[in-house]
Amino acid sequence: MNALKNMKKTTRSNLITYGIVVVFYIVVQALTAGGLLNNSMKGMLVPICTYVVLAISLNLTVGILGELSLGHAGFMSVGAFSGAVFWVVTGSQLPPALGLAVSMLIGGVVAGVFGFLIGIPVLRLRGDYLAIVTLAFGEIIKNVLNTVYLGIDSTGFHFSMKDSSSLGLAPDGDVIINGAIGISGMKKASTFLAGIILILITLFVILNLINSRAGRAIMSIRDNRIAAEATGINVTKYKLMAFIISATFAGMAGVLYALNFSALAAKKFDYNTSILVLVFVVLGGIGNIRGSMIAATILYVLPEMLRSVADYRMLAYAVVLIVMMIFNQSPQVIAWREQMADRFAHNPVVKGLLAKFKKGGEDRTKGEA
Amino acid sequence: MELLSYLINGVSLGSVYAIIALGYTMVYGIAKMLNFAHGDVIMVGSYIVFIAVNQAGLPPLAAILLSMVLCTVLGLAIERFAYKPLRGASSLAVLITAIGVSYLLQNLALLIWGSDPKNFTSVVDIPALDLHLAGGRIVISSETVVTIVSAAAIMVGLTLFVNHTKMGHAMLAVSEDKGAAQLMGVNVNSTIAMTFAIGSALAAVAGVLLCSAYPALQPTTGAMPGIKAFTAAVFGGIGSIPGAMLGGVLLGIIEILGKAYVSTQLADAIVFAVLIVVLLVRPTGLLGKPMNEKV
Amino acid sequence: MKKFLSAALAAVMAFGLVACGSTPASTPASEGTSTPASAAGTEGDATGVFKIGGIGPTTGGAATYGNAVKNGAQIAVDEINALGGIQFVLNFQDDENDVEKAMNAYNNLKDWGMQALLGTVTTQPCLTVAPEAAADNMFLLTPSASNVDVIAEDNAFQVCFTDPNQGIASADYIADNALATKIAIIYDSSDAYSSGIRDKFVEEAGVKGLEIVANEAFTGDSKTDFSVQVQKAKDAGAELVFLPIYYTEANLIIQEMDKQGFDAMIFGCDGLDGLLTIEGANLELFEGVMLLTPFVADADDEATQAFVAKYQEAYGEIPNQFAADAYDGIYIILAAIEQSGATADMDASALCDALKGAMTEITVDGLTGEGMQWQASGEVNKAPRAMKIVDGAYAAM
Repeated sequence: MNALKNMKKTTRSNLITYGIVVVFYIVVQALTAGGLLNNSMKGMLVPICTYVVLAISLNLTVGILGELSLGHAGFMSVGAFSGAVFWVVTGSQLPPALGLAVSMLIGGVVAGVFGFLIGIPVLRLRGDYLAIVTLAFGEIIKNVLNTVYLGIDSTGFHFSMKDSSSLGLAPDGDVIINGAIGISGMKKASTFLAGIILILITLFVILNLINSRAGRAIMSIRDNRIAAEATGINVTKYKLMAFIISATFAGMAGVLYALNFSALAAKKFDYNTSILVLVFVVLGGIGNIRGSMIAATILYVLPEMLRSVADYRMLAYAVVLIVMMIFNQSPQVIAWREQMADRFAHNPVVKGLLAKFKKGGEDRTKGEA
Repeated sequence: MELLSYLINGVSLGSVYAIIALGYTMVYGIAKMLNFAHGDVIMVGSYIVFIAVNQAGLPPLAAILLSMVLCTVLGLAIERFAYKPLRGASSLAVLITAIGVSYLLQNLALLIWGSDPKNFTSVVDIPALDLHLAGGRIVISSETVVTIVSAAAIMVGLTLFVNHTKMGHAMLAVSEDKGAAQLMGVNVNSTIAMTFAIGSALAAVAGVLLCSAYPALQPTTGAMPGIKAFTAAVFGGIGSIPGAMLGGVLLGIIEILGKAYVSTQLADAIVFAVLIVVLLVRPTGLLGKPMNEKV
Repeated sequence: MKKFLSAALAAVMAFGLVACGSTPASTPASEGTSTPASAAGTEGDATGVFKIGGIGPTTGGAATYGNAVKNGAQIAVDEINALGGIQFVLNFQDDENDVEKAMNAYNNLKDWGMQALLGTVTTQPCLTVAPEAAADNMFLLTPSASNVDVIAEDNAFQVCFTDPNQGIASADYIADNALATKIAIIYDSSDAYSSGIRDKFVEEAGVKGLEIVANEAFTGDSKTDFSVQVQKAKDAGAELVFLPIYYTEANLIIQEMDKQGFDAMIFGCDGLDGLLTIEGANLELFEGVMLLTPFVADADDEATQAFVAKYQEAYGEIPNQFAADAYDGIYIILAAIEQSGATADMDASALCDALKGAMTEITVDGLTGEGMQWQASGEVNKAPRAMKIVDGAYAAM
């Protein structure tokens, strides 16, 4: 108890964040073992992990670096496609866990390289202009992927941007990426455990980054770029660093996502998906990593919970989104909420209870000491 | 000859983008928010005209006026209930709410009008321009002519309104500094509401012209042109009224020429690639004001 | 403030988990084993009710297809239930034409106790759901997902033609009837259905000696302006424009052709069916459009007319081919159930085994084809009918 108390505040907070993930895993495992988890929930576990990783990594760009990115799905898609191609070609012959890990690594690296290439020009821009350029890159990636045909036969890879017949494959060849149809008939590899491990790795890297020298430099750029520059911080370097790390994890999440289904098409990775992830980040609290995780989980599950209202499902989702946004972010509502909380705290009955609770807590700590 | 007709097609597509972009840029310039629901207000406006003309039998002009009035009311309602509570919150919060409003309008339209596409009857009833030039024949559709003329008229009208009326000056003041404007006796709330009213009325006009030129009306009709117009507004320098016009027309021309001379599959990639290049050279768009930086 | 937010969100999540955790308590945990299906849901006590799941987009850009299937299937279910014999209950779930949502819908239906699946409507989601259904040994009959990979497994069957079938049949029809030799194609390169047909059409056209003079694409993101595609086809001197796409875009292309004064023949596949139902459309422009379609809304046989009347009365729209495919789909499942003697208390896996055997034995006369039969591969055997629009109505060619 004391060890936890004497810890640095950030370390404690980070441990709680990891704890939430681990507890979530244990609870889900327990529910599964007890047969209490239905197919619908089971099917959502890996996508939830994917969106949690996406939200955490986007929060690095939006919350910590302070730049609005609308192209996160683009990084997700290059990661997904490169990881999935590797998986289809060789990965599925490896042991599943190793194959998945290597696919993810490849997806992450490729997405990271894209992050670097796109980051150099993009990060010169600011504000809404940066947002629209990231959106543009995301759409370009999707559009190009839609026209890619990739096949393999005994002589090696064949590539075309016209159609599958112009690949010129030998009779033993296979079409891997078939244009708009994408990759189909994949063996699935993603598991909930893999998703949880990916979340923990993402958290480990990003939380440590935030609390490091580099992280403080990144946040100083967000708070005041010119002042940061004046104190000798290499703005471009740190911006790129955040952007690349963010892209890398988006790519890895993409692989996790891709290998959870037997088919993969570029259509999924449009600006709507980028915006969906942004919604998770904003609703969870900009810069609040734990909030991103929780918001991603809830908002992902919400439309599925709403299936009972049938035709009104997406309408209800839209209303909930607007209401939640106003409830969480409106200055007036926040003031009202604080007032209510205040009144609640000053209510004599509550006050009495609180005092009792406090006293009890103090007694207990004394006892321990 | 071939190039000329592609250019005309480009201008005609571009003028539709321009007229949508004018509404975007107007709201952005004053209220400093990206109104992602703008495209969906356009869709609602088009449905109103469609129903008024095809089912209620109103004359097109009356239908357009009705649609403008109803869209203004809709715009004011959205502003009042969804955006106003978030004044003072982070701009991202407003952006997400706008996306929520966009989902809301699309799904409401789906429930009310169904998902089947409607064929919007063009409200433009004048003959097409048929030009015979140097041995070739060029047809400019009447929708194109009307769209270009309306876009230009709206651009001029908005510029005059903003620069030469009291309300316009109030808008400029609010866009410059909300707090200072308030101190100078400008009613910030009503000025922003007014901006939304004008933006939504423009959306109704844009909807009519969009659907007259490309007559397929569905609940998702406004979404993609909305994004393209947003791109156009940024291209021209968001917040700048002539910039929206220029950006829209250029975007249309680039899209058509890209399809004609490079690849029809990669048309979107080409448009966005040009946008990126332009923004790298001119980071605030073609006619955007350079951003001042203060420490 | 942040703490408050996280606490509130966590509370909601906990609530959500509890809510999800409690629903399945009523379903047996051991899915896949021989649990009587009647125990799988609360309303299953009326024995003799088959639980049919449906998946398709009822919201979003492709909503028109999903809703047509939903409505068409519902009409068939109501008709069958009114007869008093075998009883069906249909649960149709939205997938927004999205792979991931389709999987969620599928899992949701499994929790409901689905015994057979009518879906999915669109190709891309079906490519994901079909292998999953195969793993569960769930009977799958798709009304309209036409990719061949969809029926790769033995549990999956199609009501519609496959893409290659349509592409090849179209090329053959054009060549055999010497309709034209110079052909332009305008297709949706971002859509699996459209690109699938196009690929096979191009191949077959090469075999049959048809010349493809223009091969132009559009994408889901730029499907408002077709001036370039039409002009290129026109400049290339095409005599016939092949449109392996859906009718919403075809309507725009045909209007653009009219605008440019480009008077070529138009030939399409089953996706074009629906042109005549577009509200407010100028039907004169569709004169002479040819299409291979299994269903014709104004056919004069009794079954079609009764279906169209019921559909119009219930939903206020003229049904398209998707609705007809779904209507047939339900009757096909009925026929297979009758043939195999399956009962509603069988679980999904046992029912699947019974139905997939029966599918190759039955012959169904439906709205979308007479004497439909199935191969074990899942492909339907029916002749596509070539139709031509004459005086605002279909006429057999």
